[in-house]
Amino acid sequence: MTVELLSGNEALARGAYEAGVTAAFGYPGTPSTEILEYVAAHFRDAIYGEWSPNEKVAFEAAAGAAYTGARTLCTMKHVGLNVAADPLMTMAYTGTVGGFVAIVADDPGMHSSQNEQDTRRYAAFARIPCFEPADSQDAADVMRAAYAVSEQHRTPVIVRTTTRVSHSRSRVVLRDREPAPLPVGFVKDPARFVPIPLWARPMRVRVEERYAALRTAAEQSPLNRIEWRDRKLGIIAPGIAYQYVREVFPEYSTLKLGFTHPYPDALLREFAAGCAEVLVVEELDPLVEEHCRVLGLAVRGRDLVSGIGELSPLRLREVRARWEGAAFAAPQPIAAAADLPGRPPVLCPGCPHRGVFAALAQHDVVVTGDIGCYSLGVLPPLARMDTILCMGGGVSLAHGMDKAGEPKPVVGIVGDSTFFHSGITGLLNIAYNRGKATIIVVDNRTTGMTGHQDNPGTGRTLLGEPSPAVRIEDVARACGIRRVVTLNPYDLTATSRILAEELAADEPSLLVSVAPCVLKVRQRVGPVRTVAAAACKKCRACLKIGCPAIESADAGQPPRINPELCNGCGLCAKVCRFSAIIETEVRS
Amino acid sequence: MTATTSVVLAGVGGQGILLAGTIIARAALSAGFDAKTNEVHGMAQRGGSVIAQVRFGHAVNSPLVEEGTASVLGSLELIEALRFAHYLAPDGLAVVSTQRIIPVSVSSGKAAYPADAEARVRAAFPRLVLVDAIAEAHALEDVRTANVILLGAMAGGLAIPADAWREAITASVKPQFVERNLRAFARGQALCR
Repeated sequence: MTVELLSGNEALARGAYEAGVTAAFGYPGTPSTEILEYVAAHFRDAIYGEWSPNEKVAFEAAAGAAYTGARTLCTMKHVGLNVAADPLMTMAYTGTVGGFVAIVADDPGMHSSQNEQDTRRYAAFARIPCFEPADSQDAADVMRAAYAVSEQHRTPVIVRTTTRVSHSRSRVVLRDREPAPLPVGFVKDPARFVPIPLWARPMRVRVEERYAALRTAAEQSPLNRIEWRDRKLGIIAPGIAYQYVREVFPEYSTLKLGFTHPYPDALLREFAAGCAEVLVVEELDPLVEEHCRVLGLAVRGRDLVSGIGELSPLRLREVRARWEGAAFAAPQPIAAAADLPGRPPVLCPGCPHRGVFAALAQHDVVVTGDIGCYSLGVLPPLARMDTILCMGGGVSLAHGMDKAGEPKPVVGIVGDSTFFHSGITGLLNIAYNRGKATIIVVDNRTTGMTGHQDNPGTGRTLLGEPSPAVRIEDVARACGIRRVVTLNPYDLTATSRILAEELAADEPSLLVSVAPCVLKVRQRVGPVRTVAAAACKKCRACLKIGCPAIESADAGQPPRINPELCNGCGLCAKVCRFSAIIETEVRS
Repeated sequence: MTATTSVVLAGVGGQGILLAGTIIARAALSAGFDAKTNEVHGMAQRGGSVIAQVRFGHAVNSPLVEEGTASVLGSLELIEALRFAHYLAPDGLAVVSTQRIIPVSVSSGKAAYPADAEARVRAAFPRLVLVDAIAEAHALEDVRTANVILLGAMAGGLAIPADAWREAITASVKPQFVERNLRAFARGQALCR
């Protein structure tokens, strides 16, 4: 028996491999990214894997693969499923041939996301099965079960993971790979694959018939199990909530839910009948709780457990105290930590995005931002971004503000991967509808925030194969943008001048700021800089660019440049009016 | 049945905190325990406060450490040790590196880095090992081993045998870096004595 310490995401990938998956598609997004990375790193001989440009494309490509009979995987974060909701809702009608599992990673607590949304709602919306693993072993087990259910009932399946499942590591017993059960070969059957009204109406009926059969499957699944202990209290706990419940309510009965939709009615009834009192502990929305009420079961839940943010053992300790009617004082940070400075994430030393924000700071404009590392440009001291909505939103919002008559010039900022994801259609809209917003693509030649995934601009695929590196400038021209400028973000003077020219133009412009992510290339941009204390006037202009390598704990002293952090981009030297920031002689 | 041991590692994104957590968990598994870790990826890694959590014992449920229960807290930065001090049990061991990393919020003049940070750390932790992991790593001619030096210093508070640590380090770093990381771990152990 081989046991490995795997993260939840690695275990999900392992489970897909063991289930005989042969094709995998996805778009990176925390906390889902490592699933496909692990597939590519460990199972490339058995599984074709790709980063698609966005989640909708990934979902559709995966649907095509599954229609041929291949066992197929699709991965994304929770907000990615919003992008892929269109194919999801109709694939729920057409169903699948080969097993189809979409792993969707929710981020309760918003560690690295713009909202909290509960993907289980989509499973209920589409009337398809949903599984929720509670740790890494569960993740691998759930995947094998999910493929069996998908093929038996010809339905797409959602596996909902959460940050604490995806990014926790625990033991996984490795199993052999099952052979893929079906041969690959599309069998023509328009009544099954073409939802024109003639055929969609009977499909609608079959969705309901399937839903009833799936409920029975959930009731019989070993992934849903009652653990009888003290029956004074019974707790229903899906996903990671089960682990916290076992820590904090170890003596009470538990209904562990791993196959959570359709709800296993018979099991819920049996459990409720056997307990004096029933509590539902679930992260985010009270779906199981509401369903218990529909069944006429008396349960407690949201009155004791908040749906805002993520659960933790400490939060359940508080829930327990309230249930018992006892007082509870949560351990607080110590008094000596009361006045500590915050340490939010920041753009890295030498990050090319910083030059663009420094240049924008010299102009009175509204900046509509987007999702990526450059979102950090919203934080002080740069604070040079005014809105963030969704992937690609920076481009379209800029156009809408412009058309509404916003008095200031409007600049949209989008990263290279986000541009390919959903910025292109927004740019097409600006050109087509005669807008005049200025769009900047901060092109660092990678998908930075999620940890350097390739994209259509990098010239490489997930599997490391060479592919055409799309030039953003060419795409912009093809969309009908005539003013297209490439700029070097480390050249502050030129960037600011180009910006002034393009803001003044009476037509749209696309600027491409090209410089690779310093975290990816792991090479200094130039020589390490140092502050010449004698020349420094302590004006603190260099501190306004928000570089973590420039340290100043005492405003009365010249700032210090930390040589271990400095990447030598020289931006600080360019904002210093006294030439007090100089190159160090020895490059370390 | 043995009780579950909880460990918290704190620092700043990029210091190697996550790898240190994985090494502890692998060592615990080698020693025959069940183990779970938790770590934070994505936006929080970009130079922000980072913690990694490890729990091991007979059978572990939650990967998250409950506040006030950790046996050992390791930190590669002074004020990050204070920020997460409430995770430590009252009789827990703190291993803190004396490094001060000035956050941008301080450099931009919006906040102050406490001048008495080291004194606060000395006062906050009854059982404290204060090390300069960065200077020690420089002395070993590889600044990237500071995290493993910290681990070595923490090992005294954890019931994991030496060969399990060796196995975990060997499994967790590239083959060409195994020797220097084993040296770094031994250096950390020596600092704790």
